[in-house]
Amino acid sequence: MAANGWHPGLRESAVFDRNVIAEIQRAAREGMYDIRGFGAKRRVPHFDDLLFLGASVSRYPLEGYRERCDTDVVIGTRFASEPLHLEIPITIAGMSFGALSGQAKEALGRGATEMGTSTTTGDGGMTPEEREHSHTLVYQLLPSRYGMNPDDLRRADAIEVVVGQGAKPGGGGMLLGHKISDRVAEMRDLPAGIDQRSACRHPDWTGPDDLEIKIEELREITDWRKPIFVKVGASRTYFDVALAVKSGADAIVLDGMQGGTAATQEVFIEHVGIPILAAIPQAVESLVDLGLHRTVQLIVSGGIRTGADVAKALALGADAVSIGTAALIALGDNAPEHDAAYREIGSAAGYYDDYQAGLDPAGISTQDPELARRLDPVEGGRRLANYLRTLVLETQTLARACGKSHVHNLEPEDLVALTIEAAAMARVPLAGTSWIPGVGTGA
Amino acid sequence: MAATDAIREAVSVDLATVTVRALNQRLHDASAPGSFRVLNPGGQHSIAAGLDAAHAVEIDGHVGYYCAGMNQHATVRIAGNCGVGVAENMMSGTVVVEGSASQSAAATARGGLLIVHGDASARCAISLKGADVVVRGSVGHMSAFMAQRGNLVVCGDAGDALGDSLYEARLYVRGSVAALGADCVEKEMLPEHIAQVRELLERSDIAGVLPEDFRRYGSARRLYNFHVDNLGSY
Repeated sequence: MAANGWHPGLRESAVFDRNVIAEIQRAAREGMYDIRGFGAKRRVPHFDDLLFLGASVSRYPLEGYRERCDTDVVIGTRFASEPLHLEIPITIAGMSFGALSGQAKEALGRGATEMGTSTTTGDGGMTPEEREHSHTLVYQLLPSRYGMNPDDLRRADAIEVVVGQGAKPGGGGMLLGHKISDRVAEMRDLPAGIDQRSACRHPDWTGPDDLEIKIEELREITDWRKPIFVKVGASRTYFDVALAVKSGADAIVLDGMQGGTAATQEVFIEHVGIPILAAIPQAVESLVDLGLHRTVQLIVSGGIRTGADVAKALALGADAVSIGTAALIALGDNAPEHDAAYREIGSAAGYYDDYQAGLDPAGISTQDPELARRLDPVEGGRRLANYLRTLVLETQTLARACGKSHVHNLEPEDLVALTIEAAAMARVPLAGTSWIPGVGTGA
Repeated sequence: MAATDAIREAVSVDLATVTVRALNQRLHDASAPGSFRVLNPGGQHSIAAGLDAAHAVEIDGHVGYYCAGMNQHATVRIAGNCGVGVAENMMSGTVVVEGSASQSAAATARGGLLIVHGDASARCAISLKGADVVVRGSVGHMSAFMAQRGNLVVCGDAGDALGDSLYEARLYVRGSVAALGADCVEKEMLPEHIAQVRELLERSDIAGVLPEDFRRYGSARRLYNFHVDNLGSY
């Protein structure tokens, strides 16, 4: 070993790093792909690569504690007679009872309701607890149709037709047998303890022409009262958004590749779909081309963590954002007080992603009654409300700094990019230049 | 009261002059069970979708997609053929198709009875979750794909990949099966199964078909929990 402590024998390969080597060894041992939860962990161009310009001589800011900066959003104005009125532009993404414990679902409902926003069911139907604790509840129609019934359809405040999700565009659902408790099994009309594989395509429609008829049926069943969203994983975003609009959606839910999941193949999470940063401008362009931007609302998700992320998403043209992983972290996922328990199952606080395993020490991604009891839904709901409140305050801070009296007045002109990649994807200039790669020099 | 008298007293709604929206709203608003006759359906979609009362609805002609979708309690009779997804996600009640049905008949249906007197196309009873489906003719490929619970009775033949990735639904076929799907196997017809087929045929008003002539198919349950040796079947 050299005097400075460097040893050539300890040089780590950039190609075969320790994660890669461990995965090859695991694959050779088990003969099966790795299944995990959470979202993409690789570094991709993201909102961190954008900056707000703020106000100065050429435009004036708003006073922080005196001048209003509104945050409300109305979703579903295109066709529904009862659109959603949300007080904040941050909603809770679809997560199932089954993937999550009943306590976690209740906590999400409590936190969202305190802040005047919506929660969303998942692949497993609607539980009475969830309906009771969520003032505004979006009911998902998924390929599996687990638990789907017309009473809940009419009981919901909006309907979300799920075509795909960011973690796995083109993939179906997966809930491994050890999370199928008797109650989960009953809701899904399956025997307890068996792997539940949700189909990747809907059973009674294929393609946009059928989807249009399907949406019309849902409207007929609910007497045209409920807003109908269409959720897509970000991939061929321009065309997917256009086809969803053509099919009659009131709102588009667009989930980037960083969006979380309860369980899917690692190879899917890390290698399919595009970052939300790249997808939003495509979606907005599609809506603008159809003359329906702000008429068909755009809700975006996938890696939203801070008020800065919210503000940047809105500035790029979204009407609202949706959070999943961040909401679970607010409830207590990956909390330091569970570190010892995480280490017992081969992880650590800050790293845990085995939502599929049902062993969650925080009691969130589990159906084990003992573990689930660790999450107090009232406390969890309060933490989520605190977190949402912080996101809103941060978003307002940035909007006021840009001189906006409503967060929806943020616009691409308020943004610059730190990297060429982000400039090209977000279609805003590289900082200090007027250059938008792929669009023109601006000169 | 005989069935013909009921029809005579039914409220007639002519879809040549009234929209499907108006028809469905009327059916949804009528809380007391009533009899309705729908004229000139003209292949329109979502006719009688989302019913939630014990209405008797007679449709005089062909219908499009999702007729009687998510039906609860009502009896809907279609005097013609129907498009994709008839009685999809039905919860209860009875839907009768006097002609043939297109794809995904009774998809994900959780209760009630669908009777098709003609043939049913591909994906009949796909992802079935508890309903009974009786087809007087034959069914197309991928029928009962991922079917979880309930019964499919086919008096004719079944197409390719019957019961692929099947869970606990029971499949009865009188004629030939082009091929069984992954994890679907033939099982013994026990007296309880013969009795079940007999009962379903009787409820479907299908005469001249012997329950003893049917063969039963169900899940081998080999794919219920992932195992690397079954990789070729996934």
